[in-house]
Amino acid sequence: MTEKKPLLRVDCLYKYFPIGGGGRKRRYVQAVENVSLSIYRGETLGIVGESGCGKTTLGRCILRLTEPTRGRVSFDGDIIYDSGGLSLPRFDDQGEPLYAEDGSPLLEESKYHAPKMLPYRRKMQIIFQDPSASLDPRMTVGEIIGEALTVHRPDLKRRAYTDRVHELLDIVGLNSEHANRFPHEFSGGQQQRVGIARALAVEPDFIVCDEPVSALDVSIQSQIVNTLEDLQAEMGLTYLFIAHDISVVRHISDRIGVMYLGSVVELAKSYELYSQPLHPYSQTLLSAVPIPDPEKTRARERILLEGDIPSPINPPPGCRFHSRCPYAMEKCREASPEMKEHAPQHYAACHLLG
Amino acid sequence: MKEKNLLEVKDLRVSFFTPVGEVKAVDGISYSLGYNEVMGIVGESGSGKSVEAYSIIGLLQPPGRVIGGSIHFEGENILAYDKKQMQAFRGNEVSMIFQNPMTCLNPVYTIGNQLMEAYLTKEKQATKKEARERSIEMLELVGINNAAGRMKQYPHEFSGGMRQRAMIAMALICGPKLLIADEPTTALDVTIQAQILELMREIQQKTHMSIIFITHNLGVVAEICDRVSVMYGGEIVEQGSVNDIFYCPRHPYTIGLLRSMPRVDLEVKERLIPIEGTPIDLLDPPKGCKFAPRCSECMKVCLKENPPTMLVGEGDHTASCWLHVKMMLKEGA
Repeated sequence: MTEKKPLLRVDCLYKYFPIGGGGRKRRYVQAVENVSLSIYRGETLGIVGESGCGKTTLGRCILRLTEPTRGRVSFDGDIIYDSGGLSLPRFDDQGEPLYAEDGSPLLEESKYHAPKMLPYRRKMQIIFQDPSASLDPRMTVGEIIGEALTVHRPDLKRRAYTDRVHELLDIVGLNSEHANRFPHEFSGGQQQRVGIARALAVEPDFIVCDEPVSALDVSIQSQIVNTLEDLQAEMGLTYLFIAHDISVVRHISDRIGVMYLGSVVELAKSYELYSQPLHPYSQTLLSAVPIPDPEKTRARERILLEGDIPSPINPPPGCRFHSRCPYAMEKCREASPEMKEHAPQHYAACHLLG
Repeated sequence: MKEKNLLEVKDLRVSFFTPVGEVKAVDGISYSLGYNEVMGIVGESGSGKSVEAYSIIGLLQPPGRVIGGSIHFEGENILAYDKKQMQAFRGNEVSMIFQNPMTCLNPVYTIGNQLMEAYLTKEKQATKKEARERSIEMLELVGINNAAGRMKQYPHEFSGGMRQRAMIAMALICGPKLLIADEPTTALDVTIQAQILELMREIQQKTHMSIIFITHNLGVVAEICDRVSVMYGGEIVEQGSVNDIFYCPRHPYTIGLLRSMPRVDLEVKERLIPIEGTPIDLLDPPKGCKFAPRCSECMKVCLKENPPTMLVGEGDHTASCWLHVKMMLKEGA
């Protein structure tokens, strides 16, 4: 069950990648723009969005595989990255925001803090998209899975180490005899299982699943999704599940964040997001997903967007979606909308909603 | 005389002769495609769906070879065509669009140049001016704004969705009767995919050409196709109208596929029911029914012999599964 206190908290996260030019002419890809979210223990937060919307960068920034430009990330109460210079609300031990006597929220000025990540790597892991590219072809599967153990559990004796590797293979549905084989001897689905076993080796609390099933065939996708769900139930894992396939994300997630051009535009419980999407972009995205049911999918009303996603190097001013939004108003061109709670636990950033 | 069907494929077999052995990529498939019909071919990677299409348009590369069967297009056996006839056939009668438009467009020529080239190769008498006009007209048809200006641009200046539109324009410039679309929307985002599907449907209704739509996405099939063939391990395991396939699937593989997909339209969360096992190794295919090792209803006979293709249900709904033989025998007895 989820508790009040978030396991992972992201505040005002930005990531700009420099892409040439010098001095004032320096240009940036604005990959992640002002993202704030919390993930509670034991839940799955899904992130959906089209290619180039920054969902993978967000996942990597949270793990500090990519250093964020600005913002704060805290994990289990510890700050693991703080760029400094942010005014953020203060929270008590239970995760409740603190208020001053006049009712205004208490703010604290953040200070630069970037601790060594090694101790946290044991608790935060990642599963990558392309299993064949993320496994070293010259290491056996046993070595791949065991490598993290040699770093994080140097106390393990040889026997305990092999036992653990075999146990992990068993957990993800492979055989212990697979430990001596190389990645190329496995099918895509099995390779992804190795990737999962590798992430689980250090007994993490939190796993970023970055498109873990999109490289797999339909019939294999469901096997991996079920495995991830079982592991979560058994070990109480928390997932950040990043994917572009909305049906998969909706299936596995408790809550979903919809991203567009670097910003989270809507955040809601997964079933609520589908039944009552508030943001025009979420509405479009959901109506574009083909449903494997001929009558339903043909009868359904479609919102078709004009044009393509603007470039994140030079995103439109104001609301980033206004250039494609069917309901764009004058205001949308000028001011960027703020994320507000429109229903319990249902946040959206759109001027239309007030 | 006009044939009843535009395309008639009979017992087509395609093999790849690789150094490690023969791979039967397509192992005896038969189907027919009518005029003004959109047929979907669904299957996972390695099911032979693309290879089958390549053999229709004569793009099969060695070590791949058609080793048996026939393909009749408007009554003519196109497997008997020589190189010259094949060249005339491609583009005029059949054309193809591919998954990744960037690898199919030449990066050093402008879009206009490539469109005009396609037209001028086929229409020998046409002048450059005509070709230009025709190209602009095609770009407008596929929904590209400022077509005249876009003609001067290079493929890298187009976005992914635009490139796919340009590919469609190029494929249709000579007015083919059959368009083969090989995973045309797989590389695109869902919102762009919706645009392209809408465009293909519009053009199909306007021109009445037939389309073979190859994809692994059952949602896309439900959206655009009239008939569906489900392929597994180089064979068509089930074939029927889109309603047959989605509302009363009869082959365990089709049933399994439909059950294993998470659906965005369900109200309550249900656990997915996956198809167990791993995809088949074509170098060492199982004996008997190719799906048997993964099938939940596998019987002894399935492991020994390949099942016959039988009519199931109404119309031309067919499936290849021993279960139907068993059922029929029971009914007969």
